[in-house]
Amino acid sequence: MNKVRMATVWLDGCSGCHMSFLDIDERLLALADKIDLVYSPLVDHKEFPPDVDLTLVEGAVSSEEDMEKIQRIRERTNLLIALGDCAVNGNVPSMRNAIGAQAVLERAYLEEGLLNPGIPDQVVPPLLPTVLPVHVVVPVDLFVPGCPPPADAIYYVITQLLAGQAPDLSSLTRFGK
Amino acid sequence: MIEERPLYIPEQNIVLEHNHEIDPEQLDDYFKIDGFAALNHVLTEMTPPEVIDQLSRSGLRGRGGAGYPTGLKWQTVAKAQGSPKYVICNGDEGDPGAFMDRNVMEAYPFKVLEGMTIAAYAIGASQGFIYVRAEYPLAVQRLKNAIRQMEKHNYLGKNIAGTPFSFDIDVRLGAGAFVCGEETALIASIEGRRGNPRPRPPYPAEHGLFGCPTLINNVETFANVAPILRNGAEWFASIGTEKSKGTKVFALSGRIARAGLIEVPMGTTLREIVFEIGGGIPDGKAYKAVQTGGPSGGCIPSDYLDVPVDYESLLNLGSFMGSGGMIVMDETSCMVDVARYFMEFCMSESCGKCVPCRVGTAQMYQLLTKIVHGDATLNDLALLETLCDMVRTTSLCGLGQGAPNPVMSTLRYFRDEYIAHIVEKRCPAGVCPVHKHVQQEVSA
Amino acid sequence: MSVVTLKIDDRDVSGRDDETILEIARENGIVIPTLCYLEGLSIAGACRLCLVEVKGSSKLLPACATRVSEGMEVSTQSERLTHYRRMIIEMLFAEGNHICSVCVSNGHCQLQDAAVALGVDHIGVPYLYPNRTVDASHELFGIDHNRCILCARCVRVCDEVEGAHTWDVGARGIEARVITDFRTPWGDSDTCTSCGKCVQVCPTGALFAKGKSAGEMMKQSEFVQYLVAMRGRQS
Repeated sequence: MNKVRMATVWLDGCSGCHMSFLDIDERLLALADKIDLVYSPLVDHKEFPPDVDLTLVEGAVSSEEDMEKIQRIRERTNLLIALGDCAVNGNVPSMRNAIGAQAVLERAYLEEGLLNPGIPDQVVPPLLPTVLPVHVVVPVDLFVPGCPPPADAIYYVITQLLAGQAPDLSSLTRFGK
Repeated sequence: MIEERPLYIPEQNIVLEHNHEIDPEQLDDYFKIDGFAALNHVLTEMTPPEVIDQLSRSGLRGRGGAGYPTGLKWQTVAKAQGSPKYVICNGDEGDPGAFMDRNVMEAYPFKVLEGMTIAAYAIGASQGFIYVRAEYPLAVQRLKNAIRQMEKHNYLGKNIAGTPFSFDIDVRLGAGAFVCGEETALIASIEGRRGNPRPRPPYPAEHGLFGCPTLINNVETFANVAPILRNGAEWFASIGTEKSKGTKVFALSGRIARAGLIEVPMGTTLREIVFEIGGGIPDGKAYKAVQTGGPSGGCIPSDYLDVPVDYESLLNLGSFMGSGGMIVMDETSCMVDVARYFMEFCMSESCGKCVPCRVGTAQMYQLLTKIVHGDATLNDLALLETLCDMVRTTSLCGLGQGAPNPVMSTLRYFRDEYIAHIVEKRCPAGVCPVHKHVQQEVSA
Repeated sequence: MSVVTLKIDDRDVSGRDDETILEIARENGIVIPTLCYLEGLSIAGACRLCLVEVKGSSKLLPACATRVSEGMEVSTQSERLTHYRRMIIEMLFAEGNHICSVCVSNGHCQLQDAAVALGVDHIGVPYLYPNRTVDASHELFGIDHNRCILCARCVRVCDEVEGAHTWDVGARGIEARVITDFRTPWGDSDTCTSCGKCVQVCPTGALFAKGKSAGEMMKQSEFVQYLVAMRGRQS
């Protein structure tokens, strides 16, 4: 039987959603029979592959790098799932939106009494002026709010989708929890 | 005094009768044009129900915008339980391009106050308020002067004209909020509270100022009262259309040869108003639309120039009579820009109480800004239309319910202009910044 | 005053003609979502969540402010109503800066509850990201305007129950904010009695007691109806 090609992606988030994913615990073994994890911070693939059936996206779109990534991922993915509040609504990363990216950079790199103050122009990807939820940038097929979404909710979503059914998450997740 | 200029008015004036002939600061001058004849007649020879009956049979409808039958309103307040009762004149005119009520209050203060006094007799009120925006200092000064003179001559105060009827009027100033023209917000403002609307029912007729039955009419409505009672309901009902009787004062402005105030019988066509009375569009430009009804109104394109102007036909065209502002636009006006202008007005004048108006007007303004800058997609247009429906359907008061109208009406008649901005990144009228942006690119 | 019978969601119910659709619905266990309404306070009709369909009326009517009448037929649920209610919730989230995960009221928030009940799992209208302030000048309490939905419960409880009228609404439209005294810092207020009623009736984490961390702010608003009932309801 063909395994479902699944990916997980980590944009601007704390990785808590991935921790929650791992909290599925021993049920991961059962899932492993049905899915092939083709790209993830948890596995060692450098390039997002084509023809991915299902991608879970953690994190908001905050930098130019995030922006390029999510657009490529969307092109190569059949079902795109916004996993957790950062991906769904911007959450903590979006707290900078009211004051702007520059103010945040200045605070972090110039005003903290560093030995060599200076806003980096290499390695660190340039920030977008506004942190965006994923659906503002590309179409999203399913939203799984929560900070992080409970492991049970993530497991439920994956198993429902594997069974070809639309998950109803209303009793399992909410913003913030 | 308004400056001398030729007036091209095809029918008789009711509200603006004897223009230029009297000094609005002299009560004696008002006598010369039958001033207080109606009040004397009413107080000495008519019962309150007879007055209301005359008003009802005249077919007069509210000139503030919605066109509610005036006689019916008076009757409702007259029959409402509770006392005291109040009469309020709404002089908080605020639509962009509207200056009818300002002129009426400045030129005919006695006439407005006479109308209020007759109303007070009809409904059984002993106190009235005229609420005028503070931006009209001359109107305020002339009204205060008129009230003083009327008190001196016993047309206000105790035992008016020797009858048992007593009535006082005080002026109240608005502090600059457009929403205070909404009747429940106006009442809150007179009561000394923040001028926020509240849900209706209960209507002011039953539960108004200080919780008492209250009659609120607009300036122009009150200015029609004395002429109706002087000349009779049948005379008034013979002017206008079947459902909209009498005349209407309009403030013509924008791209028009002769701007200013006009008074025409209800049912006059837009073509007569714009091209005959207003003298058409200057500089050989082509007519594009007339905006009526202020920020709750809409734009009427050239296809409908021959429709008679009355309450119902304007509603059918997706516009609104409103208080009488008419802004004429020619080919150099961008309809998306016009819609955005009115949305900005509604956004900054929203009181902020209900969610759809507070947030929705800001959302719609943001989307319209995106469109005029050439940054919008067709999805944004779809969202704009969804927001229009939502804000119109769910807002608390007329300001929010009417706020989407300029957008909806321009989408109805000028959708191609929206599409040009969004798809072709082009402003057909050459007004919006998107146009300049493209030009820069071309020249670069 | 008389007793009337009416139908709510096809159920026969009865009530006095001075009661509202919302009161009768709640008496009969019919749930209509609300945010600005709080039993014991005056009616605002501001949030528009409780809009219902009434047969014979082309307009949607706020259940909190609409009196029942004989023979009335009310629908509290329909696709159309859900659509509008969801948009209202989305607008409230988009209007402020609601970061649930770090909010004192996370998990005990009526805005969150309403979002869950209406199935709002993301915000479809554009976020406005306003630059709003926090006033922590009061010794015991704070207000984070980022989380305020302008339901004005604080304004009403302070005026109508406490009698202090420290709170009011300042500015207008999208710039409107609840303010203390003449838009002066809460901690400097001469009128505030520090009773904390405003904090308890606030449906979100906007008003909070100092010292509470994320998710720790539990509110008790039931005292309002108790106080009002004990004092004898004036209407």
